[in-house]
Amino acid sequence: MNRLSAVFLREFKGYFATPLAYVFLVIFLGLTGGFTFYLGGFFDQGQADLRSFFVFHPWLYLFLIPAVGMRLWAEENRSGTIELLLTLPIPLWTAVLGKFLAAWAFVALGLILTAPIWATVNYLGQPDNGVILASYLGSLMMAGGYLAICSFTSSLTRSQVIAFVISVVLCFLFTITGVSSFAEAGRAFLPLALLDTIVGLSFIQHFNSIMNGVIDLRDLVFFGSITALFLYATAIVIDFKKGA
Amino acid sequence: MIEIEHLVKRFGPLAAVDDLSFRVSTGEVLGFLGPNGAGKSTTMKMITGFLTPSSGSIRVCGHDVATDPLGVKESIGYLPEGAPAYPDMTPLGFLRFIAQVRGLSGVKAVLAVDRAIEQTDILAVIDQPIDTLSKGFKRRVGIAQAILHDPPVLIMDEPTDGLDPNQKFEVRRLIQAMAANKTIVISTHILEEVEAICTRALIIDRGRVVADGTPQELLLRTSRHLGVVVDVALEDRVAAHAALTAFKDLAAEELNGVIQFFVPRHLDQAPIVAVAEALKAGGISPRALRVVTGRLDDVFRTLTRGEAGTRSAA
Repeated sequence: MNRLSAVFLREFKGYFATPLAYVFLVIFLGLTGGFTFYLGGFFDQGQADLRSFFVFHPWLYLFLIPAVGMRLWAEENRSGTIELLLTLPIPLWTAVLGKFLAAWAFVALGLILTAPIWATVNYLGQPDNGVILASYLGSLMMAGGYLAICSFTSSLTRSQVIAFVISVVLCFLFTITGVSSFAEAGRAFLPLALLDTIVGLSFIQHFNSIMNGVIDLRDLVFFGSITALFLYATAIVIDFKKGA
Repeated sequence: MIEIEHLVKRFGPLAAVDDLSFRVSTGEVLGFLGPNGAGKSTTMKMITGFLTPSSGSIRVCGHDVATDPLGVKESIGYLPEGAPAYPDMTPLGFLRFIAQVRGLSGVKAVLAVDRAIEQTDILAVIDQPIDTLSKGFKRRVGIAQAILHDPPVLIMDEPTDGLDPNQKFEVRRLIQAMAANKTIVISTHILEEVEAICTRALIIDRGRVVADGTPQELLLRTSRHLGVVVDVALEDRVAAHAALTAFKDLAAEELNGVIQFFVPRHLDQAPIVAVAEALKAGGISPRALRVVTGRLDDVFRTLTRGEAGTRSAA
């Protein structure tokens, strides 16, 4: 536990050692605000809810989460500190999990800082705060899924840029499949069962149902499983490199 | 205590380490030598658990790397090649992180960090980000990290690389001070360093051991080690030759207007007294009389000469 927290704290502080943290937070807050009020038509809808805020999260995460996750392992690979980290008495899963949790906590911080939007909607009307809380939870779980994917791609390379690009592509695949036009286009040439499976793996599908205020355990399990799967894959890649 | 048996590491068709076996005991300082690409770093990476061997076994303080990697990692302090450290951290933050990971907390952690800082003399830069440090300080931060938990086994890949002569001296002194109750393995290209601090030298080439012994034993592999050189004036040539002719394998050559005789060592001793007496008996006063020390460089070159670039998979 002590070791996990050591890895976690080092990684978390690492975000603030460079301007990356502040750039990320400013862009994240700027974009969530901008999307909510301009693209989402927050005021035009005349509804006291945060749908127009949350609906853009998958698309924001698509680019912003890879920016947070790309350094997780690629930077260790590049600078050689991976050799230091892996020869310290830390079980591999502790290192993988500690780093992931740090990145996740950082994204959570970004989400917490969007609280003014929540305050605004509460000032303007009487929103269903249960739904909003569920949406925050769903958004956080979804961010975890995206981050685990980035952790995996980051472990494959020593270049943060490559990690970023591959992460965006993978995250895009897990996102676009939930868009209704994808399902319509896919119906023409994919067997229905396969299409269902693909759509079922989409982050948007699962996030939408949470966003509607229904915290279905299956959706949370979905994000949890994706996260666990890709973290496991991260550990396998790192372990495989030791033997190669 | 490190026990290595039949260690092999293949990278594709290339055998970087090829059936290596050796033991290092407590109190020994093993100098690990070899040309670039000989397998020194690869071996160290396998001992510390960073790379998995293709075959063979490694035991450190009784822990097997394959079955108890954490036990091995706890017993070892390791300075990897190039002394990697997190560039955005300060040495203090970095050492505290290492202490925490090493399971030290509270007063113990503070004392360990303070001791490592003092031993490696990095107090002056303790609050500067590591990526702003000079190469010498970075190396010493790496050493501080390795000795922080006072490990029974210390493995250092080129610990003095990039240090100036004063810093090299300090690091060697530190290693010597710790040597008595630790098992230490260092790799180096600097052969004087081996003579200065190592109790034993292991030369490997293309993944195999080509020599193993104390620096003195290795030096005895050169023909000139402990030989005696006598310089005499040209006119004393014949008399000197007569006086020294009893010595086996006497050699002579003319150098810059003097005749230089070379008397090889006898029974691993420098025959300087005998030579001096023989000269005195012959009534010759030499221009110079001295004992030659062999150079590990020569031993190293003789043993590892060969086309390092054309290694076969064997």
